[in-house]
Amino acid sequence: MASVKLDKVNKVFGSTHIIKDVDLEIGDGEFVVFVGPSGCGKSTLLRLIAGLESISDGELSIGDTVVNELPPRERGVGMVFQSYALYPHMTVYENMAFGLKLAKAAKETVHERVMATARILQLEELLERKPKALSGGQRQRVAMGRAMAREPRILLFDEPLSNLDASLRVQMRNEIARLHQRLESTMIYVTHDQVEAMTLADKIVVLNAGRVEQVGSPHELYQRPATRFVAGFIGSPTMNFLPASLVAGDKRGCRVRTAGVGELALPQDTAQHSADEALTLGVRPEHLRLAEATGDNAFEIVNVEYLGNEVYVYLEPKAGDTLLIHRSEAPSPWRVGQRVALVPDPEHVHLFDGQNRALTVAPARAVA
Amino acid sequence: MTSRQFNKLATRLGFWLLVAFVVVIAVFPFYYAVITSFKPSSDLFRVELWPSTWSLANYVQVFTQRSFIQAIFNSILIATSVVFIALLLGITASYALGRVRFRGRSTVLLVILGVSMFPQVAVLSGLFEVIRALNLYNNPGGLILSYTIFTLPFTVWVLTTFMKQLPMELEEAAIMDGATPWITITKVFLPLMWPAMATTGLLAFIAAWNEFLFALTFTLTDSQRTVPVAIALLSGGSAYELPWGPIMAASVVVTVPLVILVIIFQRRIVSGLTAGAVKG
Repeated sequence: MASVKLDKVNKVFGSTHIIKDVDLEIGDGEFVVFVGPSGCGKSTLLRLIAGLESISDGELSIGDTVVNELPPRERGVGMVFQSYALYPHMTVYENMAFGLKLAKAAKETVHERVMATARILQLEELLERKPKALSGGQRQRVAMGRAMAREPRILLFDEPLSNLDASLRVQMRNEIARLHQRLESTMIYVTHDQVEAMTLADKIVVLNAGRVEQVGSPHELYQRPATRFVAGFIGSPTMNFLPASLVAGDKRGCRVRTAGVGELALPQDTAQHSADEALTLGVRPEHLRLAEATGDNAFEIVNVEYLGNEVYVYLEPKAGDTLLIHRSEAPSPWRVGQRVALVPDPEHVHLFDGQNRALTVAPARAVA
Repeated sequence: MTSRQFNKLATRLGFWLLVAFVVVIAVFPFYYAVITSFKPSSDLFRVELWPSTWSLANYVQVFTQRSFIQAIFNSILIATSVVFIALLLGITASYALGRVRFRGRSTVLLVILGVSMFPQVAVLSGLFEVIRALNLYNNPGGLILSYTIFTLPFTVWVLTTFMKQLPMELEEAAIMDGATPWITITKVFLPLMWPAMATTGLLAFIAAWNEFLFALTFTLTDSQRTVPVAIALLSGGSAYELPWGPIMAASVVVTVPLVILVIIFQRRIVSGLTAGAVKG
């Protein structure tokens, strides 16, 4: 077990700058998830920590040691690969023992550790099998066992569940979460799936184009996204964005006008912003109420999706072509073709400035 | 019988006739060599599909020549060494060419391919000088060197394409487990590359076993000959007689090991060749 510290870490491949000045601290025993769209550099960041890629600039420490120049085997990290990458010609036992044997551990130690790992992952029955005779979930567990057998200080997961089907993915997600509770070791997990990130993480790191957008607990990221990117990435269905302009405001709150919605009184601090400035208003589908249309402030319902426990109502936007989404518990009274007014819940409305940064809520009125 | 059934039958019949034709073309010369080798010399030129009298005289004559036994031994030594050296160099080279990113990698691959296109005759005199300079004339070492030179391009190419198809993550997993490149090659890649190695190894063996031009040029004395040269130099009772019987017997003797090897490895050869050629 160990902490990890990244200090202005950069990675350049030829002329492409993949990782840009990433600063990050990961505590001992924390479960950290790197999440972001494909190409954001999350896998590269994990491979930098693993030692599979060299760091172009900056400093990476594991525990108290700077490990920039150390090869993977001396960093005390174990890695679970997306394709599992089990050695096809070795049995499950040999797969898990390979690293220990290379580290020249005594035969009894190897046996003891492999058996202990197999017990934790319920692989005891499968030790003599070859990978091709295993199911997807079993291969996944062997891959974790191989990474764990050497008792690394940090376990790294590179999209480990993306090759599994949906139901197995939920099951393995639970197993990984329980494994973390049991081992209490530091784990770093890469995924593009925000549900995995939300359910597993103590701390989520949202990456976008090689930069850290926001670091925080799942709750913080959901309630107070720091940028419009994070707001749009976390949460499903995604947050609704509406163009807005500032009417008036100060440290304690503001008034904002939105086309089709009208004026709203919001708790955001707009002391740094001037009247008529263009802002973006963000509101999650569950924080958007619908009401009977009055006057001009009306949106047309273009589709209604019934999911059993809840209903998604899609609305034609006033600007742009991304449909607005309203989400409520089933049953819903709304039908396609109806014209409705939008009533955002002011306590749960987010405002973003021209640089897509979120405006902070005035302290006295901050919502948890 | 409907016309459809008739068509089907005709198609099948035609197919098997074609197969029979191909088999006869391919196998008949060998068959004729085998039966000729069992004929007494008086019957040699009588045309018949099944010998009327059988005799082992030709085999006795071949095996009582000490130089022929020596030639078989030389051939086995040379072909085995060529296979071993070519596979060792081929595997290590293919790891570098298939796995390590470096400047000029494709140039190296193209040069290797280019080298393999020179006809043997074109390099014969140059290679002769090299072998003289290395003091390998009339020595198995000279043949091992020249055969390896001609086998390596093919070996490297096939093994490189095969190596490129092994998943990158497999190697990274080995690195995470603390494996050095040498351990990765020997413990992880080698067991997965058996089909490709069986293919290239067998082809290298056959090439070295059958080679004639270099074997004739780079050896001088009977004790250093390889099998093809020894067979060609078998002499009859007089300068005007070609000893067909012993030649056939010797040909059969040296072909049998190849046939056995091919039968043993045939399934792997097929999978190795296709794996090297087509993805998936």
